[in-house]
Amino acid sequence: MSRTFLGMPGRALERGFPANAAAAVRDSQLRFNLRKATRTIRGKRASVVAELPDWEGLRQAGKSIKDHTLRNLDRYLLQLEGAVTAAGGHVHWARDADEANRIVAGLVKATGETEVVKVKSMATQEIGLNEALAAEGVTAYETDLAELIVQLGDDWPSHILVPAIHRNRAEIREIFRKRMGEWGRPAPEDLTDDPRALAEAARLHLRERFLSTKVAISGANFMIAETGTLVVLESEGNGRMCLTLPRTLISVVGIEKILPTWRDLEVFLQLLPRSSTGERMNPYTSTWTGATEGQEFHLVLLDNGRTDVLADEVGRQALRCIRCSACLNVCPVYERAGGHAYGSVYPGPIGAILTPQLRGMGSELDRSLPYASSLCGACYEVCPVAIDIPEVLVDLRAKARHPRAERLGMAAAGWIFNRPERLALAQRAGGRLRRFVPKRLPGPMSAWTDTRDIPDIPRESFRDWWDRTGGGQTGTEPRDGAAR
Amino acid sequence: MNARDQILARIRGAVTGAPDVEVPRDYRGATGPGPGAGTAEPRLIDLLAERLRDYRAIVHVVPEAEIASVVREALARRAAARLVVPDGLPSAWLRPPEGEAVPYETVPYETVRDDPELSAGDLDRVDGVITGCAAAIAETGTIVLDAGPGQGRRALTLLPDYHLCVVRADQVVAGVPDAVAVLVAERPLTWISGPSATSDIELDRVEGVHGPRTLEVVIST
Ligand code: SF4
Repeated sequence: MSRTFLGMPGRALERGFPANAAAAVRDSQLRFNLRKATRTIRGKRASVVAELPDWEGLRQAGKSIKDHTLRNLDRYLLQLEGAVTAAGGHVHWARDADEANRIVAGLVKATGETEVVKVKSMATQEIGLNEALAAEGVTAYETDLAELIVQLGDDWPSHILVPAIHRNRAEIREIFRKRMGEWGRPAPEDLTDDPRALAEAARLHLRERFLSTKVAISGANFMIAETGTLVVLESEGNGRMCLTLPRTLISVVGIEKILPTWRDLEVFLQLLPRSSTGERMNPYTSTWTGATEGQEFHLVLLDNGRTDVLADEVGRQALRCIRCSACLNVCPVYERAGGHAYGSVYPGPIGAILTPQLRGMGSELDRSLPYASSLCGACYEVCPVAIDIPEVLVDLRAKARHPRAERLGMAAAGWIFNRPERLALAQRAGGRLRRFVPKRLPGPMSAWTDTRDIPDIPRESFRDWWDRTGGGQTGTEPRDGAAR
Repeated sequence: MNARDQILARIRGAVTGAPDVEVPRDYRGATGPGPGAGTAEPRLIDLLAERLRDYRAIVHVVPEAEIASVVREALARRAAARLVVPDGLPSAWLRPPEGEAVPYETVPYETVRDDPELSAGDLDRVDGVITGCAAAIAETGTIVLDAGPGQGRRALTLLPDYHLCVVRADQVVAGVPDAVAVLVAERPLTWISGPSATSDIELDRVEGVHGPRTLEVVIST
């Protein structure tokens, strides 16, 4: 088991997706956790989406609202700035990560505080805010349970929605016992690995901090241009703590997170929770406009590569993303490779199209990301804003030529996954020939198997099993009981 | 060029020539009766109760005249000794109903007002809070607070471990679009769908992390 690259994004960048994925695929605990997680959320999502008779209408509206907003982004940003300012807030603009970090560090230092509490935010992870603050002598405390697990474990998030999904309960208990004391209130001596006990330990660990910290940093799911309102969806209540209690609130938000009107929330407050956690509604949603209940409020609008993405006719649709993570949960590549292989805070199918566009294709990793897909199209089907991820992947592949063997390998996988009848044939051929399958493929394909274990091929494919048994009606095992 | 001008210029350069897009709104929009529009259909109240219970909230559906006794029983079950009561909460929700021989002063708990403003530490030490709400959404099982009368500022329903919320029938709307239509953007809103929860550990749902671990809702008909 090799996890050395987790805390070393530099190395992940050098190695590229195939090598990162190989390490993850060899980690059976990780694969087990990922499979359980993605399957569970996938099922919940499907059932709450099916409840709404007008889901497709909401999806089309969501897509069009975002496209219209992006087309008129300059106008809506100015409108938002005016509304936030009129409501007593302060608006700052940041061209890149460094500029955003400098602005936030300056705002924190101006308060005289050296500690801040944070709500889970992709934008602040993207710019490496915690590290930048640490360099300025400011400690940032993550307050989302999963982010706390990641922070205490010196680790990297592996999923947009459940960032610590690569950790099981026993690992989390160990992390809490070893590390909580270094960061504040230690875990109780008799801490068990019951999720209830672990959540309670986190509650107690963070309670004092919430009550005493004077500055909070958040992101936002949506910003309303018309009213200047920011919106945060969450489950645990740590978001409410950070948004409500501290005297100063600083929100760092990507410029694409804007919606033109208050009414547009009627679409997105249906699309996001159902796509994300598979709930009809997440436990808590907070909205606030400018300086609220006596707070000092700063909004930092972040570009950091987004305007480059906007300039690409095909790729710009990635900016519609509302970070629900539905595409991760249906992706066969993500399920096996895990989030860390993508070498960015944006994993899975959305990461494969967003990261290379945001960062440019300078590194081995970013050039290989567009190949981290079989182009099966499941991500597009579930995407609540209908981002055609396969289309963008194909376009990016044309822009980032990659060594021949890798192209061959991914192309062959795509060719097989894409055509049901070919898949059936390949599975049958595999089943018959499985005794002769080598551990590695020869010739130009060897680069592909260098990074993948060829999975054990079952004697009977699922399709054949289904045909033979009528979907399990007449028997559940093939004759020798070898396949599952 | 400063950052603001440069970002705006980059945007303009990036979208020049791109076509604009019409927004089709081919979905169920706001229809249901809003607050003040009369009493919601019983169907909506049943749906709200069912959806709230789905999130493991405790739910009572009672005639308006019984609110006070249901509240009193709930607080007794909870053994709540100190209860935050925001300004503007209808006193009839706390006062025993007419004809019962229990005077208001002898309610078995102490009520705490947020005036002068309670500190976060004070709020952390009370046993619970009772509020009204601004709207409730049947389809999603959501109650929405807007810091109006009988609700108080946002921290009141955040720090105490127990939140008792009274929903009037005329505040119940059918779906999310109805709620967005009746809520006021400029007010700080808190949308609450069940007690605080996490699924961060192996996706096992655990109720109660930082927000109130128990949510009890009384819906009056
Ligand atoms: S690309 Fe679509 S499905 Fe994936 S996270 Fe973004 S909005 Fe969700």
